[in-house]
Amino acid sequence: MVPEADFQSYYGRPIVRPPVWTHDIAIYLFTGGLAAGSAMVAAGGQATNDPVLRVAGRATAMGALGASAFFLIKDLGRPDRFHHMLRVAKPTSPMSMGTWLLSFFGGAAGVAAAAEVAPFLPDRGVLGLARKVLPPVGAAAGYGAALLAPGLATYTAVLFSDTAVPSWNAAYPDLPFMFAGSALASGAGVGLVAAPGRSMRRMAVAGAAVELAAGHRVEHGHGLLSEPYRKGRPGKLLRAARLLTAVGAVGAVVGHRSRVVSALAGASLLAGSALTRFGVFEGGVESAKDPRYTVIPQREGLNKAGGVKVSGGAAAPPSVPGGPASA
Amino acid sequence: MGSNSLYGPLDPALDAGYTDAPPRMGFFTDTSVCIGCKACEVACKTWNAVPDDGFDLLGQSYDNTGGLTANSWRHVAFIEQPRSSSGAATDTPGAFAGLPVGPSSVPATNVVAARSAPDTGTSPGIPPAVDALAAAATAGTEFIGAAPSPGATGGCGSGDTSGGCACGGGSSRGGASAAGSSGGCGSGAGASEGCACAGGSSHGGASGVGASGAGAIGVGASGSGEFLGMPMTDLPGRVNEAPRSDFRWLMMSNVCKHCTHAGCLDVCPTGALFRTEFGTVVVQDDICNGCGYCISGCPYGVIDRREDDGRAWKCTLCYDRIGDGLEPACAKACPTESIQFGELDELRERAARRLETLQSQGVAEARLYGNDPSDGVGGDGAFFLLLDEPEVYGLPPDPHVPTRDVVAMWKRAGLAALTMAATAVVAFAGRRK
Repeated sequence: MVPEADFQSYYGRPIVRPPVWTHDIAIYLFTGGLAAGSAMVAAGGQATNDPVLRVAGRATAMGALGASAFFLIKDLGRPDRFHHMLRVAKPTSPMSMGTWLLSFFGGAAGVAAAAEVAPFLPDRGVLGLARKVLPPVGAAAGYGAALLAPGLATYTAVLFSDTAVPSWNAAYPDLPFMFAGSALASGAGVGLVAAPGRSMRRMAVAGAAVELAAGHRVEHGHGLLSEPYRKGRPGKLLRAARLLTAVGAVGAVVGHRSRVVSALAGASLLAGSALTRFGVFEGGVESAKDPRYTVIPQREGLNKAGGVKVSGGAAAPPSVPGGPASA
Repeated sequence: MGSNSLYGPLDPALDAGYTDAPPRMGFFTDTSVCIGCKACEVACKTWNAVPDDGFDLLGQSYDNTGGLTANSWRHVAFIEQPRSSSGAATDTPGAFAGLPVGPSSVPATNVVAARSAPDTGTSPGIPPAVDALAAAATAGTEFIGAAPSPGATGGCGSGDTSGGCACGGGSSRGGASAAGSSGGCGSGAGASEGCACAGGSSHGGASGVGASGAGAIGVGASGSGEFLGMPMTDLPGRVNEAPRSDFRWLMMSNVCKHCTHAGCLDVCPTGALFRTEFGTVVVQDDICNGCGYCISGCPYGVIDRREDDGRAWKCTLCYDRIGDGLEPACAKACPTESIQFGELDELRERAARRLETLQSQGVAEARLYGNDPSDGVGGDGAFFLLLDEPEVYGLPPDPHVPTRDVVAMWKRAGLAALTMAATAVVAFAGRRK
């Protein structure tokens, strides 16, 4: 347990500003992860000559990508200026890197999905040419998308961590794994609905395991800053996410003979992945709203560093007792 | 990118690529001389055409702004503390040494204050409807418990020192009431004794004024100690025994810190935020698309998105003014030089001297905040002299720029991505169809 610590604040007001992002961003975390996971499933289907997996994966990747772009642009203060994201490429800005990643991924996934219409095109003319060219191009694009997919699934963790939001910032070693696992699980969820098989079961179990293990560290490994992930609404969301993910993984294995149980397990994994993202999103927002999560860890750090190491510390007097009346 | 581009001491303009940059400019905000006038807030709004942020009464001392927002680029914080002005708690022995400890308002001083009211210009004419002297003499008694004079016939009571003029016996004010004898101030010569109030204070001039206006109209009632609701100079509920100085007010004009390592600038994905040649950080409103990342990137909670506009806004350190050799609007308007603008190096020296002076004067709690180039943001371009812990003012005690760890973050993400790829490969391995 984290001991209750006393701290001072300015009328209880937040110090860091709570994110202005809405749930659109939590939805994007899910759809982005889903796009990445299903692009990998599609590539697996390509490699193992499983057309059902391939088509389902490509279609889901494309749909999830479209949703991602929609929610990302909708959340902007000036949606008409979304293309300003492409003015620069900045490694210190995970959002900039992510925009480029998403753009390239979108191109690849788009081509891969478009290639699926090849069989329906006429034999002759320009479209006939497309009918011949699209499948190999689509295959290359599909692999390209799968190559970018792990980056797409994990950069969002850096996006959240590279902020002053206390509980996102502190969880930076574990968030990428949580998101990677969540993306794998959601991709496997799509696979389990469309074409359950051994590979999807493996992916489901591995993804769920990574998500749950990393999630455990996010929720318990960071002292006071793990607390927002366990309390209140974020706590409820993450508990529900854990349950759904675990049920989905177990269901995929236990119910592998049943198409229906497999599909239900897949749906459970998808729901678990979505709730994970909402829980992490809201946990961070809560940590920014309460000044205790900003003040106490920084104070503790100062005390550990031998008292007042804050700017100008050398000249500062021994600290004055905490509360106004506690002298 | 230099070796300290992400963290550590650095000249930000040089690092940003300026080859011939002017000296780095900044603010030193000395809160020890801030009087809370909010001229900085007003000047900033006026010069920068910042919209209003609502006309709220927050119930938080005199702070009705609340904090730095998209529509408040300067914010004056007000903190009320039950401490002596030196910062010591009220029960600290010697906390009030050398300070007056009596109540700051007694009837006697109220009378003196009333006498110094301006001439009504109606001589011999019309006496005021309310007898200021009488009111003053009663106001305050309820706090100090002195019974008003039952026999008082005039505002000053009549030579009866236990009356409305319950004063501390000194008799040095000869001039005071002698002149007032025409009207309210009771009984002739005796009055010079009776109303010799608040021993020792040397208000020679008080007398002449009282003379004309202090007609004793309706003051028979005043003897009953009626409180007429005159404004008090004392704190509500104050009793005589309490030390008068057990309260201090901290005021601080907060502003964007223009960090050496600016979280907002680092994470901005459009390049809307940029480093100026003066080492400050400015948003270009024609580029910003309102993604909101900078808002979460700031460890001080400064930058904010304007709701009806969708873009991020914050202090520009008056980029348009300093480029023309002017000082920023807030510093220009500050009447006490609490906000000082100048070359950062010089400001840091000045701040160190000021800190030394204050501490030699016994203000043990004075400390600088944000002046150290080795702190978590590489030092602030706008730094402060505070009289209490930073968090008391709503400042983070030891902030760091989130980008400090961005390399480690990308490494962890890379590892997670590899894990993900490997998992997918293994999942599909050995499958033929």
